[in-house]
Amino acid sequence: MKAFTYERATSPAKAAAAAVANPGARFIAGGTNLLDLMKLQIETPTHLIDVNRLDLDTVRETSDGGLRIGALVRNTDLAAHKKVRRDYAVLSRALLSGASGQLRNKATTAGNLLQRTRCPYFYDTTKPCNKRRPGTGCAALAGFNRNMAILGTSADCIATHPSDMAVAMRLLDATVETVAADGSSRAIPIADFHRLPGTTPDIETALAPGELVTAVVLPRPIGGSHVYRKVRDRASYAFAVISVAAIFGKDSNARFAFGGLAHKPWRTEAADAAAAAGANAVADAALAGAKTTEHNRFKTDLVRRTLAQVYAQQEIRA
Amino acid sequence: MKDSPAALSRRAVLGGSAALCAAPAIHASANAQTAPTGKTQMIATTLKVNGKDVRLTLDPRTTLLDALREHLHLTGTKKGCDHGQCGACTVIVEGRRINSCLTLALMHDGDDITTIEGLGTPDKMHPMQRAFVTHDGFQCGYCTPGQICSAVAVLDEIEAGIPSHVTEDLDKVAFSDAEVRERMSGNICRCAAYPNIVAAIRDVAEGEKA
Repeated sequence: MKAFTYERATSPAKAAAAAVANPGARFIAGGTNLLDLMKLQIETPTHLIDVNRLDLDTVRETSDGGLRIGALVRNTDLAAHKKVRRDYAVLSRALLSGASGQLRNKATTAGNLLQRTRCPYFYDTTKPCNKRRPGTGCAALAGFNRNMAILGTSADCIATHPSDMAVAMRLLDATVETVAADGSSRAIPIADFHRLPGTTPDIETALAPGELVTAVVLPRPIGGSHVYRKVRDRASYAFAVISVAAIFGKDSNARFAFGGLAHKPWRTEAADAAAAAGANAVADAALAGAKTTEHNRFKTDLVRRTLAQVYAQQEIRA
Repeated sequence: MKDSPAALSRRAVLGGSAALCAAPAIHASANAQTAPTGKTQMIATTLKVNGKDVRLTLDPRTTLLDALREHLHLTGTKKGCDHGQCGACTVIVEGRRINSCLTLALMHDGDDITTIEGLGTPDKMHPMQRAFVTHDGFQCGYCTPGQICSAVAVLDEIEAGIPSHVTEDLDKVAFSDAEVRERMSGNICRCAAYPNIVAAIRDVAEGEKA
């Protein structure tokens, strides 16, 4: 690990100001992804701002019946929260399908959203990667790209976003709240929070330099039957090959979000609109424009089969 | 080597029992310091390890795992992958199991940390340690301290009603072998002592119920 200096932040705005004052700075909360990347010298911050002592670790009801989840709420606590279990079960399920018990005890809500891709070429510092070193090229394009994205890709990057939690948050129309160095705050719809790779895959979110995530807000519960179906190479403690988050409502209404397919959680209006027509119609709509590579062609069929299974289970429940 | 920060801090620890005996828990606020060229910033911190306050002065890069093993010589906690993938470094911090390799010691200033040495001793074993011996829950033993710390916390998590991926009804959390297998998936055993590990944990869970 490269040497860095360390400080403990005393307020969100001061943390943001410290980050702007130190261009090589990173915030650290759970640290489960950042420290891993620092050991591999993929991340080489010169200064760490420890935000763990900030008062951002509670889940509170909002005035309109939704939930404000503090940025530091640990994944275990969010998954186990009574209201999340009851009203946003898809979020509990997504969280519990991710990582291990130890990691969920440490990983935070904001950190989960901000985690980096697990593309093996991003991790391999001997290979070119536009995300790790802009302009060097993408080794995944012609490499072993079985786990890479098939939607919203670019000629510069086919990495996926690895989070399960973010897929559920996208399905629930969450909003990300932030604070900037000047103390001003803003709310970013989660659909706009993560970016597609385009020509700048190193820029992954809408956050400005130094901007600190303070909370994620969920709108009022919409009821319905919540499902998170994750397909992976082993039964536990593995990233998704693909995942489907769904909420089935009344009158054949449903909404869908997908993990493992793109640089961000994938959700389209067309897929939601096709809900009444069944699994295949939803798959057709969601996969419109899919661009597969040599090794990940199977993902389109896997999406179809997983949707068919989600629908079949829904019928049994109904 | 003589002048390296690691050698200095090790000497400070070995130099006398003062460093290891109860020191006032000072939750010093670590302010930003610009490291002078070529010199590593060192920061004082106090950890409460197995019930005792321990004051250390650390390079900020020191993980909790390295602080325990290299500075406090509590070598029961093991370094396996050092990337949070194997679980050999699992310790219990403020009542929760975490991977000590993926966190900085400085992030735990004032925290209560329990390692395998704090759970029990050869003469006075923790029920989970005894159950692992009874059921042969290991072969080489390298992953065992992490397995045992994790297992103790798993039973607490089930008791607290925290659901898992295999919990059918999120509001009805109960002990089962399937729950143990899912919850222990962050602890890898290369010798594959898994059936005996599950048996040991089941034994303790049943003992607690009785």
